[in-house]
Amino acid sequence: MNLLFDYFPEFRDGFLGTLSLTAASAALALILGIIMAGFRVSPIPPLRAFGTAWVTLLRNTPLTLLFLITFFVMPQILFPGTSPYKLAVGALGCYTSTFICEAVRSGIGTVPIGQAEAARSLGMTFFQTLRMIILPQATRTVIPPLSSIFIALTKNSAIAGAFSVTELFSVSKLLSDKGYPIGWIFLWIAVAYLVITFSISGLFRLLERRMEVSR
Amino acid sequence: MSEVPVTKDATPVADALVALSGVNKHFGALHVLQDINLNIARGEVVVVIGPSGSGKSTLCRTINRLETIDSGTITIDGKPLPQEGKELARLRADVGMVFQSFNLFAHKTVLENVMLGQLKVRKIDKKTAEEKARTLLDRVGVGKQADKYPAQMSGGQQQRVAIARALAMDPKAILFDEPTSALDPEMINEVLDVMQQLARDGMTMVVVTHEMGFARSAANRVVFMADGRIVEEAEPEEFFNNPRSDRAKDFLSKILHH
Ligand SMILES: Nc1ncnc2c1ncn2[C@@H]1O[C@H](COP(=O)(O)OP(=O)(O)OP(=O)(O)O)[C@@H](O)[C@H]1O
Ligand SMILES: [Mg+2]
Repeated sequence: MNLLFDYFPEFRDGFLGTLSLTAASAALALILGIIMAGFRVSPIPPLRAFGTAWVTLLRNTPLTLLFLITFFVMPQILFPGTSPYKLAVGALGCYTSTFICEAVRSGIGTVPIGQAEAARSLGMTFFQTLRMIILPQATRTVIPPLSSIFIALTKNSAIAGAFSVTELFSVSKLLSDKGYPIGWIFLWIAVAYLVITFSISGLFRLLERRMEVSR
Repeated sequence: MSEVPVTKDATPVADALVALSGVNKHFGALHVLQDINLNIARGEVVVVIGPSGSGKSTLCRTINRLETIDSGTITIDGKPLPQEGKELARLRADVGMVFQSFNLFAHKTVLENVMLGQLKVRKIDKKTAEEKARTLLDRVGVGKQADKYPAQMSGGQQQRVAIARALAMDPKAILFDEPTSALDPEMINEVLDVMQQLARDGMTMVVVTHEMGFARSAANRVVFMADGRIVEEAEPEEFFNNPRSDRAKDFLSKILHH
């Protein structure tokens, strides 16, 4: 108990760090994931190929390797001087977007083909059809897998701690270096993670319930 | 018109709204459409009949390019069907389609279903679109259900909404692919009545159906398909009383004895 109160500012900053890292990466992943899912089902071959390559490459690369590339290769060629926080959001967001893309794509597959045919026969373009007809109807099936994906993201964000981003895991390093008992440190960190992941599942359970009520 | 032998190349008639010439299509090894020539005049009602698997739906769907073709040409109002893209979308808006399974947008109300194309494709302002949608819904007899979702309505009501949705685009022609086949018997007539009225109002219609009563009373011409070919075309009375081909005789004897 003492440990938590003595180092409350550190724990608080770590907690907020993990929270904001998770939230920012989730937002990026959601946007990229939906765009990539759109690419993967689009009638335009280059877009389809790009979407497929994106998913195949990023999803099959170990996240740690992706972090190494993002931190040590990317700044050399593309964005020199980007803050570690932004680089971490980029790596986590791109990696997670592949899982979201696949969840959204399988959700799109559950919408009857006749819905798209009806929209197209009205003269709606492919992207209008996707945005106004298909995605809204796919949402219901996409919500449950999204919840697991975001929980995985929360835990994956710990890797950023090793790349000098302030988050929960970097706090554990700080305190164990000072010689505090590792058991207590881990206990409090685990509790902090549980707070975040439980909030995510709660939020999504709520969303699911809302979707069922509306019709 | 009924005397034109079907094997002769159909040279596009001046007033043909829809003209298919030399159209071929394969699904893998299956030759679903074989050298189809068909002209549909403005205001004409053409009923397509034939055994299951003969290619009727495919024919219907090639006309607004929900299915692509391998060879031949299809023109709508003199313009050949363009490649996938903005221009094709514009052309599709001019050719309505009514499906066997209705395909109303499940997450939108009836009113929204009928407004969506007007707003997003025709770019009509909301107030005008709503007025038009309500008028059309009244016309097909479901004006009171405007705020319901499709799942809350009977099949016959849904299909009438689907017709209103197609009409809202002011199409030059409407394609119907077995519009009453998924309906309970007591709902078939409410849909056929709406279609009869459309035919009387001069709408150009291509109707795939097994409803012989509708064919007799509303069609200008019956096109009989078998194995991907147009085997026979004739005026309804002539076709039903005096089918020329053996395939048609055989088909009619089967469906009329049911
Ligand atoms: N997308 C597809 N892929 C492969 N084969 C198809 C496809 N769509 C239709 N077919 C085949 O093409 C043939 C013609 O199908 P089509 O749906 O046009 O027939 P139809 O005359 O409308 O029959 P029905 O009266 O049963 O509706 C059938 O043998 C069918 O199995
Ligand atoms: Mg069919």
